[in-house]
Amino acid sequence: MRTTGPEGSVTSDVPEAGPRAEEPRKLEARLTDADRFYRAFVAAGAGTTLVLITLIGLFLLTGAWPALKTSGFSFLTTLTWAPDGEPPKFGVAAMMFGTFVSAAVAMLITVPIAVCTALFINEYAPRAVRRSLTSLVDLMAAIPSLIFAIWGLFFLVPLLAPIEDWAVAQFHGWLPLAEASATGGSLFNAGLIIACMAIPITTSIIREVLAQAPRHECEGALALGGTRWGMISSVILPFGRSGIVGGSMLGLGRALGETLAATLILSIAFEIKPRILENGGITVASGIAIEFRDAQELGLSALMAAGLALFLVTFAINLLAALVVNRSPAGARA
Amino acid sequence: MTVPEVDQSVAAEAAPAPVGGVLEGVQVSCWFGARKVLEGVDIKMDAGVVTALIGPSGCGKSTFLRTLNRMHELVPIATLAGSVLLDGHDIYGAGLRLTEVRRRIGMVFQKPNPFPAMTIADNVAAGLRLTGRKVRDRDDLVETSLRRAGLWNEVRNRLGAPAGGLSGGQQQRLCIARSLAVSPDVLLMDEPCSALDPTSTRRIEETILELKDQVTIVIVTHNMQQAQRVSQHCAFFLAAEDEPGRVIEQGPTEQIFSDPHDPRTADYVNGRFG
Repeated sequence: MRTTGPEGSVTSDVPEAGPRAEEPRKLEARLTDADRFYRAFVAAGAGTTLVLITLIGLFLLTGAWPALKTSGFSFLTTLTWAPDGEPPKFGVAAMMFGTFVSAAVAMLITVPIAVCTALFINEYAPRAVRRSLTSLVDLMAAIPSLIFAIWGLFFLVPLLAPIEDWAVAQFHGWLPLAEASATGGSLFNAGLIIACMAIPITTSIIREVLAQAPRHECEGALALGGTRWGMISSVILPFGRSGIVGGSMLGLGRALGETLAATLILSIAFEIKPRILENGGITVASGIAIEFRDAQELGLSALMAAGLALFLVTFAINLLAALVVNRSPAGARA
Repeated sequence: MTVPEVDQSVAAEAAPAPVGGVLEGVQVSCWFGARKVLEGVDIKMDAGVVTALIGPSGCGKSTFLRTLNRMHELVPIATLAGSVLLDGHDIYGAGLRLTEVRRRIGMVFQKPNPFPAMTIADNVAAGLRLTGRKVRDRDDLVETSLRRAGLWNEVRNRLGAPAGGLSGGQQQRLCIARSLAVSPDVLLMDEPCSALDPTSTRRIEETILELKDQVTIVIVTHNMQQAQRVSQHCAFFLAAEDEPGRVIEQGPTEQIFSDPHDPRTADYVNGRFG
């Protein structure tokens, strides 16, 4: 079907009547040049992002290939990291464990604090305090992670040392989490510092989303005789669920990839253990940073493989988050 | 839309004497920041009587309504003077708990505001959870409340469906049912039909008339016919330019519409301005 002539002039506005009018017809539209230009411009931006992420994935895959070929499946199960040894023996198991444990500790601390802070700023704080708190949180999100890491290393960890030692002394023996020969450079402390880094950005995003909760629904809850907390739990939190998940995922992304804090805090140990208060541990990011300098040919490839593993895990977690967000009853909020 | 049957059991339950609270605004004045929007309003809203607040836009009638269940103070810069008495007790005093005031004086808003992610039944029962009240038979309360709001027959087979899927008129009646479920003494309605089609409007007006002996109703409306159809007492608000809103005249609805004392009231109810 032709609706335009060779010069671009419209020769016919009327579509040929199909044999069956109940079939949907094809929709066409003539775009202006400006519209076409902006479409191409925006599409180029989106395309660049996709190309970038593909290139990174490909680079990691090709770099990791020799190491993966050498180690095979044992790459996922081996604890030790001696890729340049004879014979080479290496795997991400310990690194992945450390990454997950420190990230889990970080998120367990981050999410409740971030949600509470966001709710306090939006719903409880006096108006004068609200403004300054909001900008303070946004400002904190902009502090480089190095500052947090140094602060954690020289201030927070020594400060907590007596408490951790006390906990170990109290619960040791019947709570494997609290057993430790020495404290300080533990996965728990690393997770704690990572939480400090993740809290501002997570809070900032969650606060922004929760502030969008429809006011007339909030008033509805209050008008029924609800308390402020009742309003929060029946209107604001259900509304903000996807935003809370989204903000937490950004925080988790930061936790998984955080290098400096883990590098500075952790006493290096390639092992898997439930004793999260005990010295020793390693994460993928800190492992790469530490081993990079001394790595030779296969060692470098092995580090690429570790990076690839982290890349894939982050990817998978974000996909999972998207699934969680999409499962919320979006249709009900039309 | 099918015309729902009038529920006989509810009509039979109604006590001979009207129940519900007596609400009284005493010299109520309101400000937003430095701007005074309402001055010296005295209105008594009796049990068994539907009180209509009428007047052109911006005359302060919605503001007054929101002072009656302490929604006014939710606006950060809002302040007020005077008092509001519920059965003789000052709702702005320390004697009544804020949440208790709002439970006893329910409100239906201009825009239907059910909780969209909750089911229809959960919406009706939402007030129970919010006020921490327990009932023996939740399903029974849901059914009774929906019947009183005239919505039961339309939703009885989809109580578990999300409330967001209802039409605007149904959502508004769901909000009425939700308010009734916490057994309020007074029900405030802020232009409840302004976003609805004529059929839904008629349905809500029927609901108001069915409810008026069980709960004191105060309704803000821009619709003169509606005020005449549903109310027995009527207060006319007016704000002159750059001046706060005042009650120009109040009295039995019939008299306000047929024989108003003030020429401005006559002009307004006859559609000559506003």
